[in-house]
Amino acid sequence: MLTFTLRRLMFAIPTLLFISLLIFLLVDLAPGSPMSQIPLTVPPEVRLKIMEAMGVNEPVMVRYLLWLKQFFVVEPLVLWDHWFSTEYSAGMQRIVSWQSRSPVMDIVVQRLPQTMTVIGTSYVLGVLIALPIGIYSAYRQYSWFDQLGTFIAMIGFSVPTFFTGLVLILVFAVNLHWFPSIYDTSLRVTDWASFMQQVKQMAMPVMVLALYNAAQISRYMRSSMLENLGQDYVRTARAKGLTERVVVLKHVVRNSMIPVVTVIALGIPSIFGGAIITEQVFRVNGLGALLIGAIQGSDLPTVQTLTFIFAVLIVLFNLIADILYGLLDPRIRYD
Amino acid sequence: MPDGAKPVLDVRGLQTVFRTRGGDVHAVNSVSFHLEPGELLGVVGESGSGKSVTMMSLIGLLPMPPAEIRGGQVMLGDMDILKVSPAQLREIRGKRIGFVFQDPMTSLNPVYTVGNQVMEPLLRHMGLNKTQARARAIELLELVGIPDAERRMKDYPHQFSGGMRQRVMIAIALACDPEVLIADEPTTALDVTIQAQIIELVKDLRSKLGMAIVWITHDLGVIAGIADRVVVMYGGQIVEQAPVGELFANPQHPYTRALLKTIPSVSGTREKRLRVIEGQPPILGAAPTACPFMPRCTEAFAVCHVENPQRRPLDDKRVGYGHDVACHWDAKTGGIA
Repeated sequence: MLTFTLRRLMFAIPTLLFISLLIFLLVDLAPGSPMSQIPLTVPPEVRLKIMEAMGVNEPVMVRYLLWLKQFFVVEPLVLWDHWFSTEYSAGMQRIVSWQSRSPVMDIVVQRLPQTMTVIGTSYVLGVLIALPIGIYSAYRQYSWFDQLGTFIAMIGFSVPTFFTGLVLILVFAVNLHWFPSIYDTSLRVTDWASFMQQVKQMAMPVMVLALYNAAQISRYMRSSMLENLGQDYVRTARAKGLTERVVVLKHVVRNSMIPVVTVIALGIPSIFGGAIITEQVFRVNGLGALLIGAIQGSDLPTVQTLTFIFAVLIVLFNLIADILYGLLDPRIRYD
Repeated sequence: MPDGAKPVLDVRGLQTVFRTRGGDVHAVNSVSFHLEPGELLGVVGESGSGKSVTMMSLIGLLPMPPAEIRGGQVMLGDMDILKVSPAQLREIRGKRIGFVFQDPMTSLNPVYTVGNQVMEPLLRHMGLNKTQARARAIELLELVGIPDAERRMKDYPHQFSGGMRQRVMIAIALACDPEVLIADEPTTALDVTIQAQIIELVKDLRSKLGMAIVWITHDLGVIAGIADRVVVMYGGQIVEQAPVGELFANPQHPYTRALLKTIPSVSGTREKRLRVIEGQPPILGAAPTACPFMPRCTEAFAVCHVENPQRRPLDDKRVGYGHDVACHWDAKTGGIA
């Protein structure tokens, strides 16, 4: 398993390099100029100087290689220096946002907690809701519980999150005044009252995304369970006189989890990237909102860096899914 | 075995129906048979004759719905196990009645070790702790002839061959020393040399442990080799029942006779084509009012169209205890019985 993991990590390097080049070229092709945000009163020669300082006029390959160096050498060194109080990165140029003029990685570190608390919670909650629903719906196929589950899953899956988000805002924030419609990033949880406030402001985005995730995962779990419930080994387990609880929760669930774990693991990168719209709707100042802002402002370094981080996460969680697959299913061996 | 000993299992008038969208399918129609202590009862019949469904329904292993047991009694000792609660039935399954299924490739759970699966019934029914169950499981695996049993406990089913997996299934079925072992075509999915090994193993275990066995098969050769008594099923009912020697020497039902003729002979002149029974077995949309074999029967009378024959004894013993047949045709006279 270790050799397999190491080999896969080695293979990931050329893949990621290729992805980074592709992203870089695509972002470069995108219309818009970093100057579009600069007031028109700024004279052309000053604009030219700003462009030069940003390095916008360099050939694309030079800019790409510089970005590579900054991402893979400078930024890790900065992190190292930060942790161990060394000075290796002194005087090196970091990846700097064209919009805010501060290092992109610093912004990412600022924005990450919001994304993790809101979107991460919703994903965990979604999975925790989805698995029991999927298991029970399959076990009682075509019961009223299953029918209801299917109906809610259909709604959760087919209605876009920006719509459910707006409906929730209208009902719970505008009409009922239960929850705030805007997420307050500056809130610090220090006591019970501020904790409740945090829970309240998280409630709606978490609900919207949890519904969406649960809808998807519960369907996978249900169909995987149905496939396994008809298997011969289930009959064997029943013939041993085991209780239904043991038959389902020990024998069927473990087999059914094998494909579902892959789906769950592959969905985790979308916590970071896929919640872009929800973050916009609820004004959660997270990574998704950062990416949208950077795209609108033609902030190439930020767009490039964020997109690449998402790509790394996807490759990483693919690997994690494969490893989990091997752990759950003894028939799969990677050596 | 002593004649008239109290049967371990006595099935009377079992009726199983599958409720489907296209209407009810009467899979088992008033089936009665008994099993004496230590006896090996062979159940033969072609696919769809209701052999497996009969055995599954007596212990509640059919999915309900769509299956539904409409009537009958299944006496295990003094208890009618069609009347007991699901919890009581679970106490019987695996403890007093063991099962071996047809396909050992899919009958074991692929994600648990063989040891885990053999220990399961021991932990469930025998009140053993883990250490004791482990020791007993190793014993069982040795008993069914798995070499290096202690090490193989940690292996997964996919690391075993088909024959070895069927041995594991037998070990699971025998774990709690059941009174009855139901083997549902246990050798059908195996190749012929492995079949012979499994049959030898069951014969050997039977003489060691003395449980009664119901052996379902469509292979008459296997039946001739191991059974004490044979039940022939067709269209969800028993058409003939006799001790094994009597059945092969003196078959009475046209279906049994046709079945025996389909066995290719190794001696004498070679026939150009293998013999078959023309036609298809019936799918019974309603409780039969005619003989289910009638459309394929070479001897059918007018009465066969309107009356489903009941089992009648051919000797002085009761139906089920000597030789009996469910047919209007009398093989001796060629007329109506």
